[in-house]
Amino acid sequence: MAIENTQELILNMGPQHPSTHGLFRMIVHLEGETVTKIIPKIGYLHRGMEKLAESRTYSQFIPYTDRLDYLASPHNNWAYVQTVEKLMGVEVPERAEYLRVIFGELARIASHHIMIASTALDFGGSTPWFYLFRDRERILDMFEMTSGSRLTVNIMRIGGMCAEPPAEFWPALQSFLDDSPEMLEEYYGIFFGNEIAQARLKNIGILPKELAENLSITGPILRASGVNYDVRKAEPYSIYNRFDFKVPVRTGCDSFDRTMIRMDEIMESLKIIRQAVRDIPEGPIMAKIPKVIKPPVGEVYHRVENPKGELGFYIVSDGTTKPSRVRIRSGSFINLQMLPIVAVGWKIQDLIAIFATMDAVLGEVDK
Amino acid sequence: METLNNLFLIIAAAIRGLFTDPYSFWADLTMSIIGCVMVIIIIFLNIFVLSIMERKIAAYIAQRVGPIRLGPRGWFQALGDGLKLAGKEDVIPAGADRLIFKIAPIIIFSVPIMALGVIPYGKGMAPINLDLGIFYYFAITSISTLGFFMGGWGSNSKYSLLGGMRAVAQMISYEIPLLLSLLGVVMISQSFNLGVIVEAQKSVPFIFLQPLAFVIFLIAGMAEANRAPFDLVEGEQELVAGPFTEYSGFRHGLFWIGEYSNLLLLAAMTTTVFLGGWHGPAFLPGWVWFWLKVGSVIFFAMWARWTFPRLRIDHLMHLSWKILLPLSILNIILTGLGIYIYRLAMGG
Repeated sequence: MAIENTQELILNMGPQHPSTHGLFRMIVHLEGETVTKIIPKIGYLHRGMEKLAESRTYSQFIPYTDRLDYLASPHNNWAYVQTVEKLMGVEVPERAEYLRVIFGELARIASHHIMIASTALDFGGSTPWFYLFRDRERILDMFEMTSGSRLTVNIMRIGGMCAEPPAEFWPALQSFLDDSPEMLEEYYGIFFGNEIAQARLKNIGILPKELAENLSITGPILRASGVNYDVRKAEPYSIYNRFDFKVPVRTGCDSFDRTMIRMDEIMESLKIIRQAVRDIPEGPIMAKIPKVIKPPVGEVYHRVENPKGELGFYIVSDGTTKPSRVRIRSGSFINLQMLPIVAVGWKIQDLIAIFATMDAVLGEVDK
Repeated sequence: METLNNLFLIIAAAIRGLFTDPYSFWADLTMSIIGCVMVIIIIFLNIFVLSIMERKIAAYIAQRVGPIRLGPRGWFQALGDGLKLAGKEDVIPAGADRLIFKIAPIIIFSVPIMALGVIPYGKGMAPINLDLGIFYYFAITSISTLGFFMGGWGSNSKYSLLGGMRAVAQMISYEIPLLLSLLGVVMISQSFNLGVIVEAQKSVPFIFLQPLAFVIFLIAGMAEANRAPFDLVEGEQELVAGPFTEYSGFRHGLFWIGEYSNLLLLAAMTTTVFLGGWHGPAFLPGWVWFWLKVGSVIFFAMWARWTFPRLRIDHLMHLSWKILLPLSILNIILTGLGIYIYRLAMGG
């Protein structure tokens, strides 16, 4: 006998909710425990970054970029300063380029640590969270040694780096590189190897290759759907063409591969850092740039591979000290499109898991 | 040693001796009241021990130090937690069904008190010695499902309702394998009385005779007590706190007490039925052995909680109906065959 008079439950999740990773809100339609419709609501963290840039000088805007994807702030600095450098035609010293790569890849590892940790936490596994945070702490310590701050590092300048890393930085980096393989083993043991975790990750939230391409998904999520696309290889910026590294691609299209691909990327990042530490030359860390930055009239677009996806800056200059228009193309914002399509039909617990594996940072979504 | 072993029995006899007729109605009533008070004392002591134990074990597993500020090495942290909860404002949501909302935590809290009353803590030390001990245990613990659902329904919150829904689905499903897994033990010991069951384990604990039932009982028991990885009812990451979402202050504290008491109940029941209760080498009194065994079961539950992620609701149902239930029925058949062969061999 069919049950009559049942009703859809409309559940408001967020903006204050344990697993919406910041200020994200979704209105979820539920049929029992099954999700039938999701309406995402964003904008709770909107600070008007793009408009703020118009009333700041070019250098003044660098600290603001830290607040975009606050889990990988060197990447945001990097994308912005490189865009301005491209506009001005500045050549950055070799040593600064190597330092940028080292800090960028460290930030990628730290960001992926958070992603894996928060995925585990969203599954109710608190212990993996502490393991990953323990190791991420060492990266933040290295940031602190160099720039003085841990999360919003503001580590790059137009034309170079803010400071030379201190003497104790290099031994700390070396010991991190040495310990990392063992740490990764531990993560497999505590989380990925677990039967329950695998049952909840595998074949959940399928994002087919075609759909991923059509939604212009970028970053690890796209590569977990079997598309070999990475800005570092597709359009090499900085000095990435000098390093020998692979772009990890997985074809599972599911939550498990979206999580595991982060582990693969950590491995590749470690490889890049090892090469950078080996090859880094001596020399200055700042190019000769004028005190007042006045790029020529024109417009420029530049993109980098952020841990979350492709991060692009589009800057229009009118020849004054302030940009006339700044537009930010952030990975998380565009990747968030997949949630209402992919998560429908799964259980409410899977919705949380799928959202966790997307690794959206709301600072970058709302800008 | 003998005195220490029978310490509580001697005290009980002394109290009975104060009455002119030691076996009159009034003497029995007094002893029952003292028994109940003792159970409540056990429950409150248990909360203070378990909550600090849980924090320290969690910290140890997650490579932290845990609470260290309050008291020596942070051992008074539980006291601080309790005072904090008691001092908080008691909020009842505007749309709540006030009566149901208020009764729910009381039900959750009173179930473990009633159930712990039949556990034999030592030889002859069951506060209430029931012939249908196991039957009573199941009858009483089923009521706690009702408490969870009342909390979920009475709060008039969607998260609470989903939590209450999960509580009913989960706890009713797991009650069946839980009950069936104990039937093997009852068949061997030929009694529902928990004291007799412990007595039957004098030479060999039932964990060795009924290993399958032990595993089923522990898994289903953890699910029944809503311990992680089966804590879907609370489901912090998706349901905030399930049926407890809208509770604050001491009402929330009662749920908290209920949760730890259920864990104690599970451990006490596992000890009584499978680990041989108060039996143990004679260099320690029986009741010390009982508590040591209870402690190790609790440690196991905490270890599991801080290691495993949470199951999904349909996997949970799958585990109960498709795996644990057939296995527990298989266990009954195997036990029956075993007893039959044993009797044939013994020439009975």
